[in-house]
Amino acid sequence: MSTRLAKSDTTTLLSAETRTAIDRWLAKYPPDHKQSAVMGALSIVQAANGGWLTTELMDAVADYLAMPPIAVYEVATFYSMYELQPVGRHKICVCTNVSCMLCGSEDIVAHLETKIGVKLGETTADNKFTLKEVECLGACGGAPMMQIGREYHENLTPTKVDEILAKLE
Amino acid sequence: MATIEIDGKPYQAQPGQMLIEVADANGINIPRFCYHKKLSIAANCRMCLVEVEKAPKPMPACATPVMDGMKVWTRSAKALTAQQAVMEFLLINHPLDCPICDQGGECELQDVAVGYGKDVSRYHEGKRVVIDKNLGPLIATEMTRCIHCTRCVRFSQEITGIQEMGAPGRGEHTYIGTYIEKNIASELSGNMIDLCPVGALTSKPFRFAARAWEIQQHDTIAPHDSLGSNLHLHIYRNQIMRVAPKENEAINEVWISDRDRFSYQGLTAEDRLTVPLIKIGETWQATSWEKALAFVKEGLKKVISAHGNQAVGALASPTATVEELYLLQKLMRGIGSHNIDHRLRQVDFSDQNAAPLFPYLGQAIADLEHCGTALIIGSHLRKEQPLLNHRLRKASLRGAKIILINPIDYEFNLPIATKIIAPPAAWLNHLAGIAKALLENRSSLIPHSVEALLATVSPDAQQRALAQTLRTGNKRTVLLGNLATAHPQFSVVRALAAIIAKLSGATLGYLGEANNTAGAWLAGAIPHRGAAGNPIAAAGLDAYTMLTQGMKSYILLGLEPELDSCSGTAALKHLQQADFVVSLTAYRTATIENYADVMLPISLFAETSGTYINVVGNWQSFKGAIQPRGDIRPAWKILRVLGNLFNLDGFEYTASDQICDELRQQVGNKIIGNKTAWQIPTHLELNSTSGLQRITEMPIYSVDALVRRAIALQHTLDATQVTGIHINTQVATQLGLTANNPVIVKQNGAVINLPVVIDERVPDEAVLIYAGQVAQIELGAWHDQIELTATC
Repeated sequence: MSTRLAKSDTTTLLSAETRTAIDRWLAKYPPDHKQSAVMGALSIVQAANGGWLTTELMDAVADYLAMPPIAVYEVATFYSMYELQPVGRHKICVCTNVSCMLCGSEDIVAHLETKIGVKLGETTADNKFTLKEVECLGACGGAPMMQIGREYHENLTPTKVDEILAKLE
Repeated sequence: MATIEIDGKPYQAQPGQMLIEVADANGINIPRFCYHKKLSIAANCRMCLVEVEKAPKPMPACATPVMDGMKVWTRSAKALTAQQAVMEFLLINHPLDCPICDQGGECELQDVAVGYGKDVSRYHEGKRVVIDKNLGPLIATEMTRCIHCTRCVRFSQEITGIQEMGAPGRGEHTYIGTYIEKNIASELSGNMIDLCPVGALTSKPFRFAARAWEIQQHDTIAPHDSLGSNLHLHIYRNQIMRVAPKENEAINEVWISDRDRFSYQGLTAEDRLTVPLIKIGETWQATSWEKALAFVKEGLKKVISAHGNQAVGALASPTATVEELYLLQKLMRGIGSHNIDHRLRQVDFSDQNAAPLFPYLGQAIADLEHCGTALIIGSHLRKEQPLLNHRLRKASLRGAKIILINPIDYEFNLPIATKIIAPPAAWLNHLAGIAKALLENRSSLIPHSVEALLATVSPDAQQRALAQTLRTGNKRTVLLGNLATAHPQFSVVRALAAIIAKLSGATLGYLGEANNTAGAWLAGAIPHRGAAGNPIAAAGLDAYTMLTQGMKSYILLGLEPELDSCSGTAALKHLQQADFVVSLTAYRTATIENYADVMLPISLFAETSGTYINVVGNWQSFKGAIQPRGDIRPAWKILRVLGNLFNLDGFEYTASDQICDELRQQVGNKIIGNKTAWQIPTHLELNSTSGLQRITEMPIYSVDALVRRAIALQHTLDATQVTGIHINTQVATQLGLTANNPVIVKQNGAVINLPVVIDERVPDEAVLIYAGQVAQIELGAWHDQIELTATC
């Protein structure tokens, strides 16, 4: 935070609906612990911005929750569910952690890469898919697995992956 | 008390203390990186692992509280194995670039690696690399060297109060930094350089300038704020390379402000004057000291014989040493003139006879930490006295209520309980209101004159609430800042502050202006009292009168009146009209050339021996650490010779400490303290002003000639946002002004163009103009009506 000449009005970056949604999170914590709502707030703001966070939006969240901006950046860079670069319409998160790896996640990744034509961490040219490698998502019982949007897809095989992708717009 | 055993020897410890504190107190060395006694405990470097009896694994000494009967081994096989393993891990990603690292030779990591590291690394994989971000002009970064101790992050959170450093990323991708590229804005940021145990954060102006083992260390006292922080100077080939804090728990703890740390750059400024110069006709000639001083004597004698000795006035910078100020007043009083002053930014001197021996904080510096309620009148404390602000920050984090009356809504780094933001002219109304609200609850033992004075005042709800807050809290204090001292009705502000303090049972204190303001008062660099505050028959002229009404002759000690005083235009006009002006100056500027007749090169901070007295009356003497260039001489020697030339008695000093001792004897054990007797102004004129009021602030990096030439500091945020005319959106809309466009500024006949800066901290009906800026000098006095007209 630089020495400010003006009270920043970054919160105008947040729409009324976004603020209402954040306020629901805020209501769960004591008024002097607003920063507890940071993860919820970032998810809401990210969803409202097409799946990724800009520095300005993180600053807006910082202002709204009365936190230093750097503390918000720390949270946003720590968790893999926050995106700091634009992503495709569908974010495919493939788990490659121990259980999934033992059950063949490497094949799933290889299949996905050839199928949609991008490497891990990349977005397709038509902006439809982003392929992302993630750590354990807590669904080891259904390994190998991937997450697309809010859905978990488990016990994957290349054929099953094709079926799932075919259903996506 | 608990008794514990470390390495087989028993030690006493307080319950709740950490093992490392007990070890440190008893000189037992435990290696550490993340632990720092002034920061919270993170226990994330794991370097301080020690063996504790009955504990299955080694424990971090920094986060293990002592327990009675505990047995600890710091160098057992188990402890050493753990420490060596940690060291190996810490070095995995550390580039072994010590030969090109500024920290090399004074590096905690290097030192501990010598003790605990292996000579060959078993790590063959690739090392991580961190891309650096520019943190501004003061701190150089090489974040690949960082070992993630997080001292800088905790410092930024806990000490500067506004977190700027953090640890973004996760796991191996974690790095320390700001995430976005930004200048660190804190006025204490340089301390991160000292805290960093490796070469990740180093001093940017010092970069690649010298190696640690080539440097000699000298101690001195900081030359800017009223605290008198203790410093280490790091010197190489007769040049200051770096400044670091010297621990003094009672004054600066382990910190120093950036101003004290980086102002040394001003010593080697390009416009440094190195030979005496005299003006013959219209040309400046370099000359010898003998000729120059003879020229001074002749010039002054001429003025005295033509206009009498009252025609000579002396103005001194309060950054000069006690010795210099004492000799200057001795010289002036020797030639029969009491016209001497250092209070360059004060306008109202009407109650100066009632002033204390010197403006005293009213309490020990450390006591501020324990105050329960503090009312601060007119101070941008965070920038004016950063470390006093830090003490108050500690108090407020403990629950103290901090109340502000300020002209500008400054950004503080501590919780503020209540604040009144109003142009200075309105302060009297607020102070009177608060006093009245306090008075209503206590009618006995109050002199009738106080009641009479406040008879017509009726406090509003905010003033009542503020008074109520002031009544609560254990230790209360009312503090007058620099903006209060510069108030056009300072005597009334002071009187009301004293009344408020008395009615609320608070200690009245002054935050102090320069490093030697107290010294200037005690040395007698004031027109109404002699050295040691001794009474004199008739007071001489004060600084404001000398600068605004004109003298035939001026002697200036270490100041640039157009920038240092609150009446720049008038000062320049009268200096130019004067018959004879002697400037004892460290710098040669076009402005001085214009008005002066003689320029005598004086040595500055670190180049001369001397004494500064801080805001609590500590006399701190220091020795010269470097030889000044060319023919530069310490001002006390110049003044001594001038005394001899005027055949005055008592100018036979051979060393500066003789001068200091002489003054000390005169001061004896005079009681330091702010007067507690009622001082009641005869009448109270509550203002109802109209139109735009000018508010003037002396910004942090413009306070004196030295810091104005410190290049790195001049590139910080604090130094770059002082241009233009600051108004809030409402005023701008009213007058049809937009940001960055020039506006015609009229003040008392002067007209200049200044760019508009939209600054929401400025109250309505006011403009903020910074002092000490060349572009704004022409406008004149610090407090006045301002007229703004849009340019077409």
